[in-house]
Amino acid sequence: MLSSELQNYVDVIKQHALEYGLDFFEVIFEVIDFEEMNMLASYGGFPVRYPHWRFGMEYERISKSYSYGLHRIYEMVINNDPCYAYLLKGNTDIDQKLVIAHVYGHSDFFKNNFCFSGTNRKMLDEMANHAVRIRRYIDKYGYGEVESFIDACLSIEDLIDIHSTFINRRSGKKSVLEEDESERKTSPKLRSPSEYLEDYINPADFIEWQIGKAEEEKARKRNFPESPERDLLLFLLENAPLPEWQRDVLSMVREESYYYAPQIQTKIMNEGWASYWHSKLLTERVVTDKEVIDYADHHSGTLATSPGAINPYKLGVELFRDIEDRWNKGKFGKDYEECDDIEEKRSWDKKLGLGREKIFEVRRLYSDITFIDEFLTEDFCREHGLFTYAYNRSTSMYEIESRDFKKIKEKLLFLLTNCGRPIIEVVDGNYMNRGEIYLVHRHEGVDLKLDWAKDVLNQIGKIWTRPVHLETVVQGKVKVFTADGEVKEKEVK
Amino acid sequence: MILKIEQDWGRFREIVRGKIRENLRKYIVHSELIGKKGKDLVSIPVPQIEIPHFVHSPQKTGGVGQGEGEEGTPVAIGETDGDRHAGNQPGAHILEVELTLDEIARILGEELELPNVEPRGRRNIKSYTGRYTNIHTTGPESLKHLKRTFKEALKRQIIAGSYDPENPVIIPTSEDKRYKSREPVEEPAFNAAVIYMMDVSGSMGSEQKEIVRVESFWIDTWLKHQYKGVDTRYIVHDAVAHEVDRDVFFRIRESGGTIISSAYKLCRKIIDEHYPPDEWNIYIFHFSDGDNWSRDDTHECIEILEEAFLPSVNLFCYGQVESPYGSGQFYYDLEDNLGQKENLVLSKIPDKEAIYDSIKQFLGKGR
Repeated sequence: MLSSELQNYVDVIKQHALEYGLDFFEVIFEVIDFEEMNMLASYGGFPVRYPHWRFGMEYERISKSYSYGLHRIYEMVINNDPCYAYLLKGNTDIDQKLVIAHVYGHSDFFKNNFCFSGTNRKMLDEMANHAVRIRRYIDKYGYGEVESFIDACLSIEDLIDIHSTFINRRSGKKSVLEEDESERKTSPKLRSPSEYLEDYINPADFIEWQIGKAEEEKARKRNFPESPERDLLLFLLENAPLPEWQRDVLSMVREESYYYAPQIQTKIMNEGWASYWHSKLLTERVVTDKEVIDYADHHSGTLATSPGAINPYKLGVELFRDIEDRWNKGKFGKDYEECDDIEEKRSWDKKLGLGREKIFEVRRLYSDITFIDEFLTEDFCREHGLFTYAYNRSTSMYEIESRDFKKIKEKLLFLLTNCGRPIIEVVDGNYMNRGEIYLVHRHEGVDLKLDWAKDVLNQIGKIWTRPVHLETVVQGKVKVFTADGEVKEKEVK
Repeated sequence: MILKIEQDWGRFREIVRGKIRENLRKYIVHSELIGKKGKDLVSIPVPQIEIPHFVHSPQKTGGVGQGEGEEGTPVAIGETDGDRHAGNQPGAHILEVELTLDEIARILGEELELPNVEPRGRRNIKSYTGRYTNIHTTGPESLKHLKRTFKEALKRQIIAGSYDPENPVIIPTSEDKRYKSREPVEEPAFNAAVIYMMDVSGSMGSEQKEIVRVESFWIDTWLKHQYKGVDTRYIVHDAVAHEVDRDVFFRIRESGGTIISSAYKLCRKIIDEHYPPDEWNIYIFHFSDGDNWSRDDTHECIEILEEAFLPSVNLFCYGQVESPYGSGQFYYDLEDNLGQKENLVLSKIPDKEAIYDSIKQFLGKGR
């Protein structure tokens, strides 16, 4: 239950948000203390999760960091319909107002951004459901057994097809009908009208030929996947020889991955959008005179930058503001791009007033990659002091590498591609006709972290129960690693 | 809401202990740990507890940042390993796990399969004081110490930046709560005296002394885990012996010959004066590179061992730290003459790697 004071803030802010045109899921606010906040954060925001040590590790990290005063979590929102949001007990009123406004921004984003269109909006129930199922397996098969299988699944949790977050995905369950169908087709005999015609209609060599053809067909089918598959989890669900409970666990891990993926893909936009709205709502409508200083303090804390990092809140909100400004003034399109007069460009103002409309369109139709690709301009980079940094082996430091616009954009896009993770594809599920998996790392100029890659291969091997190969590039040389109990490596080219 | 995290947290800590156990050999040699002792807590970096994923090699990735600076201006310290993404993610976290020395001792005992020692001597009676003199983090609500509780909460809020002097609301959470408690004062149940002797003649170099330092740290840790009260004395010797304090023990550098009996005589004197064997459990550790001045002196050492030490002490351990100069003869002399004695342990420690097994040899008898 919210105090009547907080409830009042919520009502007021919600009303303002609606007037500005935000369109959000209903938000249910709860006030919790910092311990509960730390715990919920460890569970990715969900109050009920299946048992696993990694949540404990996260808790250790978060609560230690909290007790050293390194950071605190002010708010948390769950993308669900209705949205759930948690406020930290003991925060000042102005903090709570800011958070409430911020949360409405997130809720609007969750509801409207296209990346979330395929998201399960009843995830709160679904997570609880997963917890129940996994606890049941633990009772039946033992904690250690289930835990070590979950460990293996989590190692590959990010090997999904990030582009299919918003399309209908194959569920990974084999249809029983399909299997029957293919069985029937393999019967080689034609129907003969009577016994004595049998030899004419189904001569021995014809039967043999038919059988051969069926075998070939089968062999061709065994050459799967037909095209490289990025969703390794799906591939394993469909093809790995797993007992039913393991298949179920794997499918749960996959479902949770697809649930979180859009949030990772839109981190900059989502935080930017929420920050845009909390500052707009508060400064224009909500903040009282005596709260201004505290508001400014908190707000600037949220948007603070440090040299070695990009703050997604800051980058996101500044980009949205930049877009709004440019579309208000008409600073886009062919005429503007082709104008070389710096002074004219600077004072360019066609008084179009399209800014607000544009940013609403952007929040609907873009993800971080397309957002950066389309709206990060050279002027913006210069104005906000962006740069790329790289590791310098001789000083063991990360150092500023360049302030070149192209390089900055390229690097940002690279870091956002596939959520910053390497792209790995299953190219053969029956390698050398031995039922082994052949994976290929689409090398984009950066090598894999090898020790981890080997560990992951071993984990895949555990699930697949047959050898697993990974082709990748190590310091310019193509190598294949094979996990077969242990990991061996060989150079191929 | 109850903290459901407890179970997962507990499981995680269990895994951490497992990791420490696995890597104990490494930690034992790792002398940094020894320096880090703050109160009784040691902080151990446990880097491997992660779920591995396919990720880019972090140092090749680099990233995008924001702020002032020229090309070449450093923006962050390189990490030898870890997960560095777009810079919009928290930095790599190498896990630092805090353990008490007692816990480490327990792990050490389990991993080295050390039996608990069987103390000799008298058992003293525990006594309780009747006054609430102590403050605990747990206890019954009726004994809550309000002032201390609020003090803790205030500290926390100031650190977290949520304290507002204009509106001084302090809300203690369960972590802040402090309770009065009555501490039972236990008289040491068993007392133990540990006497370290070290040869500091010219042939003992800094590497040899480092080995002694590391090994004695773990021996101390274990014995303190086994006994309530431990007295530690240090003797250094070359041709003559001196009693010194711990600091000097590890820093002193002498040169000259080696007369081991000088140390044994001093040790005997200390025991006679301070540690009557029927009241004390006595442990003697002697480290040397094994080059004694003369065979006569070696005979004298063996005599002292036979007559004074072995009949009355729990354990006499001789650790021979190899040096390029030593012949290591002393080890064989002891072995030939006294090899059958139950409470005499001989161990060769050629390098740091051997410390682990040496500790096991010394303490594995459970005496």
